[in-house]
Amino acid sequence: MAPMSIRGSAYVAGIYEHPRREIPDRSIFEIHTEVALGALADAGLTMKDVDAVFCDGTAGMGTFSLVSHWGLRPTYIDNTETGGSSYLAHVGHAAAAIAAGKCNVALVTLAGKPRSGSAAERMQMMAGPETPFEMTWGSGGAANSYALAAQRHMHEFGTTARQLAEIKVAASIHAQHNPNAFLPYAVTIEDVLESPMVSDPLHRLDCCVVTDGGGALVVVSPEVARSLGRTNAKILGHAETIKHTENGRIDLTHTGALWTGPRAFAEAKVGVKDVDYASIYDSFTITVLQTIEDLGFCEKGKGGDFVSDGALVAPHGILPFNTDGGGLCNNHPSNRGGITKVIEAVRQLRGEAHPAVQVPDCQIALAHGTGGSLGARHGSVTLLLGQEDA
Amino acid sequence: MSTLPAPAPLVTVANKEFWDATAEGRFMLQKCDACDLVIWFPRRNCPECWQENLRSFDACGRGTVYSFTIVRKGQNDYKDAAPFVYAYVELEEGPRVMTNIVDCPVDDVRIGMPVEIVWHDTGKGNALYRFRPAG
Repeated sequence: MAPMSIRGSAYVAGIYEHPRREIPDRSIFEIHTEVALGALADAGLTMKDVDAVFCDGTAGMGTFSLVSHWGLRPTYIDNTETGGSSYLAHVGHAAAAIAAGKCNVALVTLAGKPRSGSAAERMQMMAGPETPFEMTWGSGGAANSYALAAQRHMHEFGTTARQLAEIKVAASIHAQHNPNAFLPYAVTIEDVLESPMVSDPLHRLDCCVVTDGGGALVVVSPEVARSLGRTNAKILGHAETIKHTENGRIDLTHTGALWTGPRAFAEAKVGVKDVDYASIYDSFTITVLQTIEDLGFCEKGKGGDFVSDGALVAPHGILPFNTDGGGLCNNHPSNRGGITKVIEAVRQLRGEAHPAVQVPDCQIALAHGTGGSLGARHGSVTLLLGQEDA
Repeated sequence: MSTLPAPAPLVTVANKEFWDATAEGRFMLQKCDACDLVIWFPRRNCPECWQENLRSFDACGRGTVYSFTIVRKGQNDYKDAAPFVYAYVELEEGPRVMTNIVDCPVDDVRIGMPVEIVWHDTGKGNALYRFRPAG
């Protein structure tokens, strides 16, 4: 029996990014509905066509709540919760479910209000067995945990704060073309280095923005995709894992991309050099640096050098990344940047990114999600998407 | 140099033995008799061979800083504590544990620095393990 693969078994046919970054006048479920309808309209489909529902663990009780809210009777449901990488996992799972004949039109949504929400709307996750040993030491936010990874990477490889700042600068060059971006202007390396230290060695501008908002994706079978009469993004490959504390032997210098990258590239039957555009999860600048190394765009430990020559700046850098401005400047809805990673990758493949940052003849796009924390455990998901003939 | 709060940890049926031992100044580690692995954090089944062969023993309380950050803005219990050091310490027995580095200026902390355990009483029948530069 030939090895199973999802290559070409499904397409991303609809995308929608909520245009607002502060939404005090809508509930989280209303935002889910708004982005769902937006992505379905983008695809040329309606709620009636949906037979599969995917969401993370933050929408009440997940699909349990969403499906009843929408009055659907799906044939396939999935609540995979791996923080901000959840939605990339949903795309891979949807493709596998479609390949298995379980569904034809899968809806993936995200919504959240970390900026304007009530305490209930900003509710934290339940405690796990690790919680008492990790949350007792004053880590007040993700920055503290990612800072541990940045500090160790600097120690082992000589990575500098200036090199990390280059990543923010590249994202900001892209964000100035996005009128919806939370920070729609370019910044300099000095701006980053002079911004207040949040958690050494990470400055405020090494961090992503905090925004309300949401987004949605529609993943469909090849038959449905062909019926829609527009450019869709073919799903070429997907790989996922959880990188964790290894029973007390955590290595802070790499991410789960070290394991998901090779598997996703193999399934997609493309290589690192074939990637025209990459959406790289950018909760913090260090997240991007480590992920680029782990995916194989440069040697381990050389990420600082790699990002220092404008490599990430679209349209002509070696690896144009996050052309919407990313989580670092544009949007990090619900403190989760995975869905916008897929959305911008699809825009690039459709040729619908802003003209100033559109990669010419973008054939192959990568999207990578890192949800959770580099300092403890995170979900890691790599997706490869391509044009029809890719 | 700030004085850190000592919030009581979340004690559950799965970790009570560990936290009870902290009241006596003992940092309990577990070693699997079947596969010889010293693991962190405490659990009933070995995460390598999944047998219930984990034997508890007291760590020596020494280690080195594996990584650290200076938290510039504390939250919740730590709201007034910043700046303070949040860190991973690699114990001599192998595991890397999250903790704080205390009893030295925050700017003096370095990766690789030898440290030793200190206990901060929570007032709730247990104590938090933290580390200071080894004397």
